[in-house]
Amino acid sequence: MHTVISSDKQPDKPAGMAADGVARSDAVATNSAANRKLYKSRVPIYPKEAEGHYRSMKWAMMAFTLTIYYVTPWLRWNRGASAPNQAVLVDLAHERFYFFFIEIWPQEVYYITGLLILSAVALFLVNALFGRLWCGYSCPQTVWTDLFIWVETKIEGDRNARMRLAAAPWSVGKIAKRVSKHAVWLMFAVATGGAWVFYYNDAPTLLHQLFNGTASLSNYFAVAGLAFTTYTLGGLMREQVCTYMCPWPRIQAAMTDNEALCVTYRRDRGEPRGAHKKGESWDGRGSCIDCNQCVAVCPMGIDIRDGAQLECINCGLCVDACDDVMGKIGQPSRLIAYDTEANILRRQAGKASRYRFMRPRTILYAGILAGVSAIMLLTLTFRHTLDLDVIRDRNPDHVRLTDGAVRNAYTIKLMNRSGQARTLKLGVSGIKARQIRLIGDGEIVSSVPLSVEADKVRTVRILVTVAPADLSTSRSLTFSLADGNEKREVQTVFVPGDAR
Amino acid sequence: MARKDVDEISGTETTGHEWDGIKELDTPMPRWWLGMFWATIVWAIGYWIVYPAWPGITSYTHGVLDHSQRDEVMANVAALKAARAVQEKALAKASLADIQKNPDLLQFAMAEGKTAFGDNCAPCHGAGGQGAHGYPNLNDDVWLWGGKLSDIQHTITVGVRSTSPETRQSQMPAFGRDGVLKPAQVDDLVEYVVHISGRPADARAIRRATALFADNCAACHRQDGKGNRTMGAPNLTDNEWEYGATRDDIRDQIWNGHGGVMPTWGGRLSPEEIKALAVYVHNLGGGE
Repeated sequence: MHTVISSDKQPDKPAGMAADGVARSDAVATNSAANRKLYKSRVPIYPKEAEGHYRSMKWAMMAFTLTIYYVTPWLRWNRGASAPNQAVLVDLAHERFYFFFIEIWPQEVYYITGLLILSAVALFLVNALFGRLWCGYSCPQTVWTDLFIWVETKIEGDRNARMRLAAAPWSVGKIAKRVSKHAVWLMFAVATGGAWVFYYNDAPTLLHQLFNGTASLSNYFAVAGLAFTTYTLGGLMREQVCTYMCPWPRIQAAMTDNEALCVTYRRDRGEPRGAHKKGESWDGRGSCIDCNQCVAVCPMGIDIRDGAQLECINCGLCVDACDDVMGKIGQPSRLIAYDTEANILRRQAGKASRYRFMRPRTILYAGILAGVSAIMLLTLTFRHTLDLDVIRDRNPDHVRLTDGAVRNAYTIKLMNRSGQARTLKLGVSGIKARQIRLIGDGEIVSSVPLSVEADKVRTVRILVTVAPADLSTSRSLTFSLADGNEKREVQTVFVPGDAR
Repeated sequence: MARKDVDEISGTETTGHEWDGIKELDTPMPRWWLGMFWATIVWAIGYWIVYPAWPGITSYTHGVLDHSQRDEVMANVAALKAARAVQEKALAKASLADIQKNPDLLQFAMAEGKTAFGDNCAPCHGAGGQGAHGYPNLNDDVWLWGGKLSDIQHTITVGVRSTSPETRQSQMPAFGRDGVLKPAQVDDLVEYVVHISGRPADARAIRRATALFADNCAACHRQDGKGNRTMGAPNLTDNEWEYGATRDDIRDQIWNGHGGVMPTWGGRLSPEEIKALAVYVHNLGGGE
């Protein structure tokens, strides 16, 4: 399976030399204006493996994000006997979401909303500062595509070898390579789908069940479905997803400006471009020797020299490719670099480059980010471990008794969000009642102690009867739930009816 | 096979049809679509083999899995019954008073009672047991046949004016319609009933009706009009009226003698279900 092809380092055949020691690649941008049509079939891309600073960062990010993804469900977190000991768990059956020390009930789904807002604003902020860093380094689509291209490179060889293989007639060798590539892809895909279901189940138990065939069908379907999408999106569709399926490249145009740090071809330095012969003067021409190496390495199949474009995911692999070439021809590196459009204009006008990170939009995004984070943190810190819901009977909304007294009924849910069974004090106040009765427990004077199991909800029903004389002044009452210093109150309505 | 006609602009073959110089392109189906199409056909064949598919004269093809959704439902029902067996048995053994005292059993009975109420009782008594014209409200403290747990259980079991030999039985005569009383006498009785329920009424009519009430009504509703639960005769002195509180409503009731029917639920529902229903109705708030 390990077939590193020696021709990796051979020059691309027909295009010749761009400079001494630098081959010209025949790579053509898939989106170049010259061959743009209304309906265009897909142009296959064979990204060349880059080497350098940003490639290393991408490897590191890939290892980091994939490790988080695959390892997280296996982390344990002791919560006592009443709750599962998996650190991160979406427990659908019991309607709980566990995240280390945080446990979220369905009623608190606004925390998820808060997280989504945080993610969105963080995305805006990063985009305003550094362009599409998310797309280039940490988006799952990018990470898995990168992983799948790595597998492809290991099995089929680098760009030229892969192109030759694609063009070659079917042979035993070609079949072997293709089969092993898809097999490895599928293995990664299944592991990816497999890791996903562990977030929803106790991981060690489920792993055991998945292999001995006793896991629920929904788990197998989830694994199969995610394996299919991972294989299709990461292996087969790749850049098509980013260009045609993802809305973000189209939205980000509105989120960015010409001060955002993006992968930029410094055309003020590079143009006019052209092949360079050894010993020739660099006067009166740009540093770009038109070797097309930036196009050859691009996983999106574009030419960065065409300027900012929606396909660019800002990954910086062309920076690595170009730096390599610049080193060979003895020119300063970073002809392609993380730079801003504004800086190109500044340099063309004879001014110095400068980087403006403090801009109205970045300050606004950072402000929103800080605000939402603060609110989230505050609510999470002062989150109650007990709560009550009061649901007043609406059918009938009041009951008139024979002596003219009126009774209202309330269903009360007592929530104990702590890990211990507790005795909570349910109190009723704010109404002059003739009788307050708890179904199954008799009369309540002002409060009643009720035991609630750890991490559970207990439902009780309370009947409040008001004597005829007090009906005109009885409009509301307050239920409270207390344990020591912790107390929650809910004010609700009393319906006196059409008192006769 | 005719010569292929290829459209110059699109490069696609045409069907050969032409209308006023406009040719119909024979664009092939997209490959992904064709793939799905064939895949569904293959899938269908597999489905026929595995699952029930084709109808026969008296039966149908069962498929190699011999799968039946009905069997699945029956198995689910059986599993549910098995899961409930312990509590159901406890419910069968426990006395009504014990159920009221045991929180777990009470919760089980309330849940079962609520479901049974929704299925069987709600059409007449309302989803919340609030009643309607001619159908008693089960939330308040008015009970025609008694509001103790055992009374409620018995009423549900035997029904009212129903088919059980033990059914709760009573009949308010149609005093007007059957000519027992004259219209003027009925009018006087209306005033009398309005009076004993604590509302202003015509004093002369009341005087005239006193003897009438004693002769015709007191046997069931008692002399003081407070009713008699053994007869299911309602209290006429309170604020609650099953057939309405206005003079017209009361006249209609004396004239026609309405009496509703409640089915005999014993035999239709299991004793446990009836027990649970009694507990549920009692705990609507009005139970005694």
